[in-house]
Amino acid sequence: MKKTIQRRLLTGALVLMTALVTKPAHAVNYQALVDADVKKFQGYFRKEFPDVKFEDYGDGVYALDEDARKQWKEMEEFPPYELDVEAGKALFNKPFANGKSLASCFPNGGAVRGNYPYFDEKRKQVVTLEMAINECRVANGEKPYPGFKGDLAKVSAYMAYISRGQKIDVKVKSAAAYKAYMKGKAFFYGKRGQLNMSCSGCHMEYAGRHLRAEIMSPALGHTTHFPVFRSKWGEIGTLHKRYEGCNDNIGAKPFEEQSEEYRDLEFFQTIMSNGLKFNGPAARK
Amino acid sequence: MKSSGIIAAAAILMLPSLGVAADQSAAPKAAPAVVSPAAKGKAVANDRNKGNCLACHMMDDGEFPGNFGPPLSQMKERYPDRAVLRKQIWDATVKNPTSIMPPFGKHGIMSESELDQLLDYLYTL
Ligand code: HEC
Ligand code: HEC
Repeated sequence: MKKTIQRRLLTGALVLMTALVTKPAHAVNYQALVDADVKKFQGYFRKEFPDVKFEDYGDGVYALDEDARKQWKEMEEFPPYELDVEAGKALFNKPFANGKSLASCFPNGGAVRGNYPYFDEKRKQVVTLEMAINECRVANGEKPYPGFKGDLAKVSAYMAYISRGQKIDVKVKSAAAYKAYMKGKAFFYGKRGQLNMSCSGCHMEYAGRHLRAEIMSPALGHTTHFPVFRSKWGEIGTLHKRYEGCNDNIGAKPFEEQSEEYRDLEFFQTIMSNGLKFNGPAARK
Repeated sequence: MKSSGIIAAAAILMLPSLGVAADQSAAPKAAPAVVSPAAKGKAVANDRNKGNCLACHMMDDGEFPGNFGPPLSQMKERYPDRAVLRKQIWDATVKNPTSIMPPFGKHGIMSESELDQLLDYLYTL
C-alpha cells in the first residue's frame, strides 16, 4: 500500500516534471525577454548621460549637445519639412483611379503612426508604416511609391505629423516575432563592411563623441522622428534612407527600402525606444 | 559632451558623413613629381577613402578632428618599434578585439606601400 502510494507519487512527480520541462518551450514569455533588453539598453544611456531627460532622446543628437540644440531650435521655427507635410496630406486624400484613396485604408484619419511597426502574425513579418502605405496603393491597383524619398516620405511625414505624441509601445508576442527582433538586434550589434563597424559602435559606445565634425546621436530615440528633412539631402527621406547612408559610409552593403533586413532593424530599434513618443517629422543637418 | 559653437557651426556648413569634411584638407590626387614618403603618407592619412584618421583622432594641423580615439602625437617616443605601430593600423582588433578603428591593412583599405608611407608620416608627429 505504502509502496503503491510512493510509486503513484513518483509517477505524479515525473508527470509534473515533464510538464515543467516541456511547457516553457511553448510558453516562453518573449515580451519579458525583450523588456529585459529594453531595460538594459535604456539603462546604458541613463548611466552614460545622467543629465539627459528620457523624453529628450526623441530629438536625436540634439539631446546631447546644447549648442547644436540651440541652432536646431531656430531651424524648427520655420520647419523645412512643412511643405512636405502639406504635399503628403494632399497625396493622402487624392483619389486613386478606383475612387478610393490612402485615406480609405487607414483608420483615425491616418493618425496611426503609433501602430507601426508591428509584427504581422499571419504573414510572419514586420509591417512598417511605409510598407502599409505602399500595400494600400497596390491593393487599389496603383503602383507602389518607389525608393527612399519623394511621395512615400511625404505621405509618411503627414501621417507622423498628425500622430505626434503617440506613445511607442511595440510588442513581441510570438516566436516568429522574436526571431525578427533577434535579426534586427544582430544587425544592430554586428560589425560589417570594409570599415568593420557596427551601429552600436557609433551610436552607443561613441554616442556624443565627434566623428570629424559630426556629433554621434544616441541610438535611443533613433526611430521616433522619421521621416527627416536633412539639409545634406536637401529633401525629406525615410528611416531606411538613413540606414542606407550609414551602411554606405562604412563600405557595407546597403539594402532596399522596406527590405526585410531594414524592417527587422526598424522593429528592433523602435522597441529599444519603447516609452518614448513619436514626434516626426524632424529636421536634421 | 559640450562642443564649441565653432565646431557646431562648421558641422552645419560642412555636413559631413564619415569625414566628408576631410575634402578640404585632402592632398591633391596627382602628387607633384618629387614628394617625400612622409608627405605622401599625410595624403594617405587625410584621404577620406583611405586613412581618414582625422575622423577619429586629433592629428597634426588637421581641422575639426574627431575624438573617438586619442590624439596622435609623439609617435616616435611612444612607438619606438615600428612594427608595433604598423600592427595597430593594419588591424586594431588584435590589441582590442572590440575596437571601432577600421582594420586598414587587413581589409585592404590602404595598400601595404601606402601603409608604409603613412608610418613615415606618423613618425614626423
Ligand atoms: C561610422 C559611424 C556610423 C556607423 C557605423 C553608423 N552610423 Fe548612423 N549616423 C552616423 C552619423 C555621423 C550620423 C549623423 C549624425 C547623427 O545624427 O548621429 C548618423 C545618423 C543616424 C541616424 C539618424 C539620427 C537622427 O536623429 O536623425 C540613424 C537612425 C542612424 N544613424 C542609424 C544607424 C544604424 C541603424 C546603423 C547601423 C546599420 C548606423 N547608424 C551606423 C554615423 C554612423
Ligand atoms: C572610426 C574611428 C577611428 C579611425 C578612422 C581611426 N582610428 Fe585609430 N583609434 C581609434 C580608437 C577608438 C582607438 C583607441 C583604441 C581602441 O579602441 O582600439 C584608436 C587607437 C589608435 C592608436 C593607438 C593609440 C595611440 O594613441 O597610440 C593609433 C596609433 C591609431 N589609432 C592610429 C590611427 C591612424 C594612423 C588612423 C588612420 C589611418 C586611425 N587611427 C584611424 C579609432 C579610430
